Amino acid sequence: MKALILVGGYGTRLRPLTLTKPKPLVEFANKPMVLHQIEALQKAGVNHVILAVSYLSDMLEKEMSEEANRLGIKITMSQEYEPLGTAGPLALAKKYFEETSEPFFVLNSDVICEFPFDDMLKFHLNHKREGTILVTKVEEPSKYGVVVYDKETGKIHKFVEKPKEFVSNRINAGLYILNPSVLNRIELRNMSIEKEVFPFMCQDGQLYAMELPGFWMDVGQPKDYLTGMCMYLESLRKKSPEVLYSDQCVVGNVLIDPSAKIGKDCRIGPNVIIGPNVVIEDGACIKRSTVLGHSVIQSHSWVQSSIVGWKCNVGKWVRMENVTVLGEDVQVKDELYINGGYILPHKSIGESVPEPQIIM
Amino acid sequence: MIKAVILIGGPQKGTRFRPLSFDLPKPLFPVAGYPIIYHHIYALSKVESVKEIYLMGFYQPNEDLNRFIVNAQTEFKIPIRYLQEYKMLGTGGGIYHFRDILRSGNPKAIFVINGDTAGDFPLVEMVDFHNRNNCSFTILGTEATENQSTNYGCIVEDKQTHEVLHYVEKPENYVSSLINCGIYLLNLEIFDYIRDELSRNQSTEFNNGVFLPDINYARDSIMLENKIFPTLSSTKKFYVYKTDNAWSSIKSAGSAIFANRLYLNVYKKSCPNRLAKNGEGLPRIIGDVFIHPSANVDPTAVLGPNVSIGFGVTVGPGVRVRESIVLGNSVLQNHCCILYSIVGWNSIIGSWARIEGTPSDPDPNKAYAKIEHQSLFTKGKLNPSITIIGSNVNVPAELLVRNSIILPHKELGQSYKNEIIL
Repeated sequence: MKALILVGGYGTRLRPLTLTKPKPLVEFANKPMVLHQIEALQKAGVNHVILAVSYLSDMLEKEMSEEANRLGIKITMSQEYEPLGTAGPLALAKKYFEETSEPFFVLNSDVICEFPFDDMLKFHLNHKREGTILVTKVEEPSKYGVVVYDKETGKIHKFVEKPKEFVSNRINAGLYILNPSVLNRIELRNMSIEKEVFPFMCQDGQLYAMELPGFWMDVGQPKDYLTGMCMYLESLRKKSPEVLYSDQCVVGNVLIDPSAKIGKDCRIGPNVIIGPNVVIEDGACIKRSTVLGHSVIQSHSWVQSSIVGWKCNVGKWVRMENVTVLGEDVQVKDELYINGGYILPHKSIGESVPEPQIIM
Repeated sequence: MIKAVILIGGPQKGTRFRPLSFDLPKPLFPVAGYPIIYHHIYALSKVESVKEIYLMGFYQPNEDLNRFIVNAQTEFKIPIRYLQEYKMLGTGGGIYHFRDILRSGNPKAIFVINGDTAGDFPLVEMVDFHNRNNCSFTILGTEATENQSTNYGCIVEDKQTHEVLHYVEKPENYVSSLINCGIYLLNLEIFDYIRDELSRNQSTEFNNGVFLPDINYARDSIMLENKIFPTLSSTKKFYVYKTDNAWSSIKSAGSAIFANRLYLNVYKKSCPNRLAKNGEGLPRIIGDVFIHPSANVDPTAVLGPNVSIGFGVTVGPGVRVRESIVLGNSVLQNHCCILYSIVGWNSIIGSWARIEGTPSDPDPNKAYAKIEHQSLFTKGKLNPSITIIGSNVNVPAELLVRNSIILPHKELGQSYKNEIIL
């Protein structure tokens, strides 16, 4: 089986992290974001993954070829040179899908969930139509395009964009299975799969919805990245609690790379992920945050709801909160207060950032 | 023989010092570990001819004041008495009201010291100057910036003789950058000038045609600075002793942080044994720090520069304090961070909490700049200033209190920025 992942371009929504690393390689829970999807696809029997990219870096190519070897699958880059939207990349990669008549997966790359690909495939093969999309429940459907479908069969009646009156609280989760025949509905141009393909499939009675069990989050921006992290850790707690860290300094769900060092009298958690070779010095307190590889959090600092990029150094008695994001190699001097600061890579911060601000 | 009067005001004064003046009269507020007026008494004790000290004000006699007087008398072995004004009599009216007491024993002169000042007071030098120049009246002056000078009494001197040629209190426009430090050495002749001025006052119901409605205003109230000093100018009796020593007024609570720094710096010269030292098994000390002997400071704490830790304070492991005053019996729990703040008596600051203010220090790039006594609000918005935690306040772990004033007896339930919490 094959799968296409819509990776896209520069990952501007996840800046400043994506200024020094391509978005698919930015770690979520100590694993590159795109690998969560690729590994789940491989487990479901996918042996060829096509990454639809608009910007290609050596770093991404190198890393992906290593992962392909490790997983024993094929990973192909399909690069677009002009914007093709969410459907156009399928037309660009058409040749790969026409090799067989098998259905294939299409994934939005920023989505994190439990990836129930086996169940999805079973559902798809069972209803025998052209396409299946996963849907997930949201609290405020008025912010999204919602899917109205038959709860018994899954057959989709219609899509409603940002409904004022409640019609459904299920939205497109950005994970699909399509038959190669769908490619006949797609042209090689900037085309939206949500607006220009699915509504017509739905009219023809060819599109079905499957409810996504468990959590779902689009982690493409820092605030949602942190929310998704909490959901992911909670799901780990249920599915494989043994990978979570347990120590007397830990509160709640915490994932710590074995190569990280945690000092004395720290308090880590709830909802913290600490990457490889990170050093947390004595007496630091970290909550609801991700600390990426090779960073140092010095003694007595307090970090909440923040993402600390790679190779950063956060001084003593620093307070960071309110979705602060440090790019790669940022130094924060002792005793500073950073409130919702987006700090660009290679900066040395010598003054507090008391209100949310981008530091160039 | 010289007598000294320290003017300590009363409860209606020092409101800019709230909420700290709720618990203790402002003159007794500790900076650099000792009450504000302790520093004046200390400076007076170095002047051999000073034989008696009076505290003058309109506080009701109270235990704090009594205890302070008893302790200071014992320490300095000099008689200290409290003279209670029946009303706010002003700097001149007060000493005139108690003129019989002040004149008894026929002192050569009287020091009059405003209690809301801080500095390295050159009182010995002032007395020498006074005697050498055969002055009747000597005022301590210092340089200020042109801009800030108008917030003070302004002195024009004869550069050669240092005679005061002109004196004006808080003028609207620039007059002179030589300002009044609030410290005077006055011969007994001053009482004649005050008497004459009072009799002019008595002769009319009205003052400049406007009846003064202030209930605290008494007919025999008179300010030396407004009425007497302008009259004394150009009489060849009134001289200014100019000092470049550190000096500041203490009006707002923010200026207490600055006065704290100033006195800690003075200790380096006058009594270095009051400053904490680094050493094995001791907390790390940066710059000038005062730690009360009864305080319990964990060796992993880092203090300074310019920190005073009061009696019975507990400073836990990994605590950081910089540019702050921590008052008696407070508890700073593990890893908390206190910057540019005053922590009131018996308060508790939880683990990893951050208490942070904005300094209102004098502009370091301007020579002779003084601290700005800015008002709390500008256009209805609280100005960033030092953070003050009132007494008996509990700041739970991990909270942030920034540029805020917390009134006494509060249990905070959330972080605060730029707010006054009643």
